[in-house]
Amino acid sequence: MEQENKQQVVIPADKAKIRHIWTVTLYLFLITAAEFVIAFNLDASIIKTIIFIVMTIVKAYYIMSEFMHLGHETKGLKLSILLPLIFVVWLIGALLIQGDAIYTAVFGG
Amino acid sequence: MAGSAVVVEENNEKLWQGGTPPMKASYGKLMMWFFLLSDAFTFSSLLVAYGLIRYSHPAFEGDVANFTFSQEYWPIPDMVFNGMPLLHGMHLPLVFVGIMTFILIMSSVTMVLAVEAGQRNDRNAVEKWMLWTILGGLTFLGCQAWEWTHFIVGTDDGGSLLDGSIFYGANLSMNQYGPPNFAALFFFITGFHGFHVFSGVVINFIIFYQTVVGKLEKRGHYEMVEKVGLYWHFVDLVWVFVFTFFYLI
Repeated sequence: MEQENKQQVVIPADKAKIRHIWTVTLYLFLITAAEFVIAFNLDASIIKTIIFIVMTIVKAYYIMSEFMHLGHETKGLKLSILLPLIFVVWLIGALLIQGDAIYTAVFGG
Repeated sequence: MAGSAVVVEENNEKLWQGGTPPMKASYGKLMMWFFLLSDAFTFSSLLVAYGLIRYSHPAFEGDVANFTFSQEYWPIPDMVFNGMPLLHGMHLPLVFVGIMTFILIMSSVTMVLAVEAGQRNDRNAVEKWMLWTILGGLTFLGCQAWEWTHFIVGTDDGGSLLDGSIFYGANLSMNQYGPPNFAALFFFITGFHGFHVFSGVVINFIIFYQTVVGKLEKRGHYEMVEKVGLYWHFVDLVWVFVFTFFYLI
């Protein structure tokens, strides 16, 4: 009974917005499909690893910017989420160097 | 004290002066973002630890076709994750993981559509898309259960441990695929992510329920859908990274 009093007005869907969501979906699918093609057609190398990382970051960009809507938030919000991730970059550098050092210590150069 | 109050009337548009949410995001959404940031640190620590441990082990040298499981070097993921339900014994590298990735991306898309419907106060559409999202999450969890079982039970031939004995499957201290840490990291990283998916499904279900009984409509807005949406997309985002660093590289 109460619900009838508070009936919300349903705003019709914006076709362009829906189409945009599916376009982003298509990008994500295509990048993932391309990852599969590369996975089985290139030998393991630094270049292959870099290609995978770049593709992952592109996918992460689309998910964060469009799906999580971060691209449409204020600059302050964007920066307060993205800037702290610099610590992760540091961690990657520090621990990969450390891993290499462990390898050298155990197995020699 | 009374005389010391100074009121500065300065109109600086760039400064937040109260009255509206800071950064134009509501308290709940802002806090969800900061929670996700802290969660991102946890997941990056796990994945970077994987990088460290993998770097401190020798890699397999030679042709991929000649690859065999050994404790001496880190296994090639293609050769470990090549199973598929109902297709026993066939070598189908990463196919099942690929399907899981598509399922999770799809459920992320249905979540975007649920958020979009919520912004239009379209209760029926929110119900429909939330239900699809929950189904996608449950399917993913089912796939992961199969993946774990396959990994734990092992292959028909097993693999030899350092003392020469044959071991089948994996546990936290030893496994047939490679160094002990390989299986330990598999359980930790995919398990931690899987638990996020599980809690995401539970939270999604609560919001779905609140939509169905009309609670959110009575409240007048569907912001809760946006908040759980952020969490759900984050789970998808993490899987994108797990997929690359654990399965592809």
